[in-house]
Amino acid sequence: MWEMASQRIAFGKTLVEIGKENKDLVVLGADLSSSTKTSFFEKEFPERFFNCGIAEANMMGVAAGLAASGKTVVASTFAVFATGRCYDQVRQSIAYPALNVKIVASHAGITVGGDGASHQTAEDIALMKVIPNMKVVVPVDAIETKKAVRAIIEEEGPYYMRMGRSDVPTITDEGDNFKIGKASMMREGSDVTIIATGIMVSQALKAAEMLRLEGIEAMVVNMSTIKPLDSTTTLMAAKKTGAVVTAEEHSVIFGLGNSVAITLGEKYPVPLKRVGIPDTFGESGEWNELMIKYGLTPDDIVSAVEDVIKQK
Amino acid sequence: MLKKEELRDLSLKANAVRRHIIEMVYNAGSGHPGGSLSATDILVALYFHIMKYDAKNPKWEDRDRFVLSKGHAAPALYAVLAEKGVFPVEELLTLRKIGSRLQGHPDMRKLPGIEASTGSLGQGLSIANGMALAARLDRKLYNVYAMLGDGEIEEGQIWEAAMFASHNKLDNLIVFLDRNKLQIDGETETVMSIEPIADKWKAFGWEVREINGHNFNEITEAVEWAKTVKGKPVMIIAHTVKGKGVSFMEGAVHFHGKPPNDEEYEIAIKELDEERKEIMGNLGGGE
Repeated sequence: MWEMASQRIAFGKTLVEIGKENKDLVVLGADLSSSTKTSFFEKEFPERFFNCGIAEANMMGVAAGLAASGKTVVASTFAVFATGRCYDQVRQSIAYPALNVKIVASHAGITVGGDGASHQTAEDIALMKVIPNMKVVVPVDAIETKKAVRAIIEEEGPYYMRMGRSDVPTITDEGDNFKIGKASMMREGSDVTIIATGIMVSQALKAAEMLRLEGIEAMVVNMSTIKPLDSTTTLMAAKKTGAVVTAEEHSVIFGLGNSVAITLGEKYPVPLKRVGIPDTFGESGEWNELMIKYGLTPDDIVSAVEDVIKQK
Repeated sequence: MLKKEELRDLSLKANAVRRHIIEMVYNAGSGHPGGSLSATDILVALYFHIMKYDAKNPKWEDRDRFVLSKGHAAPALYAVLAEKGVFPVEELLTLRKIGSRLQGHPDMRKLPGIEASTGSLGQGLSIANGMALAARLDRKLYNVYAMLGDGEIEEGQIWEAAMFASHNKLDNLIVFLDRNKLQIDGETETVMSIEPIADKWKAFGWEVREINGHNFNEITEAVEWAKTVKGKPVMIIAHTVKGKGVSFMEGAVHFHGKPPNDEEYEIAIKELDEERKEIMGNLGGGE
């Protein structure tokens, strides 16, 4: 089975590496730097790290001002605060002028666990992807996190990158290509496609193994950029397999499933089901218990696949 | 003290800017004359006397920055930038029209000279904080100026930003509060008490001075003093009159966000033209 590794630690370490090369990189935190692991950067480059305290709105504005003065800025806190608490600051001060600010959030989704609904978020992708100029990246594991951080810092303009709190299975290799806006093929298959993002990609791979025993060959796609969506891969997969299931640790209302549904609905409709967090708030619990309770298991994906195959 | 000619030149500039403001909002059929007119003298003093600024090169790295946090006073900023030569004066009448670079609230990506896209109140001070930090990181000597509206400081983010500026000892940050005492729904003290303003900023670790925001000597002297302050950001509370320079707009809350009608427009222009003659007469002028 896969090894487990922390995306947050991978993020924190990569920031330090980039900080050595890029003297214009400035990192901002909001009293959660030890959780988001920007503390590594703070330790190495105290003069380029600013703790903004428990004041996220100001942090986003400071990020905008630094970026308007030529800096590349990473602003980091929990996903629920980064996207919800200071939505207007992200929209007005950062995205509208398309400034070079990278909002990197941890503790996304419901796998936050014990903190409960106040600290979980199933809405962050929705909030960010609807803002013009904003791009949304969801690296699948610790290895891809390292590549994604580099990529969003190298690219100009605002980005939102989400990570979970818990360790996640390492399912990619150092040698795999990562490109913003490009999905990656995790498993070939001809009967159905599972397009997944984040922690749900490994769940999809487990589901695919279960389906194989039923004689169903599932293609599994890792959609690590939600916006801009890789519509080429999405359409190719739909044409090849004729049925699609999406899987995400996010609200089914306006996340990956929604982006895929729109793309297919407009260009190549096929039977489709979305696996994700239903239209409800989360609760406290162990992350794996929450995955079961909120319908994010390989079994949930398998039954969605069975449904779409019946509709083919 | 400003020299007699300097004072005359600034007064004439302010008069021209006020005339542009009236023409722009009249022409656009919407906009915010009241808060633009109250801010005018400070903006004129900044761009025509105080700031290091090259109109031919508005992206000059060492320039002083100005962030108009009360973005609805955009007509005043646009008029000042046009008078300064950053873009053609003729373009002012495109304000709020489709396809124009002169958006209802400032857009830094569209119009040269705009340092920050503002309009959603409460955000400009944080942006100015970021610019002041960047100056320090780059070992640059430029100052960052910002202007807040008095109603605007009801926004919680202002106080987050106030804490941040003093915590980081941003002494290259000089902020004006346009204390015109009115907001859309009425007097600030009726809508939401913001007094005692000076005590609040002092308590947040700022150096504070109060001035008459329509007196060029007081404005320029306050900035000279602010530049000598070390280790603290500076708040200059500028007491102003909303609608300053047009008799029927002065202190009139309904001219916060309403343009003059045809008749009012004629009167306003006439008043400003008369003021212009007066400035030139009083100060032994003649252009």
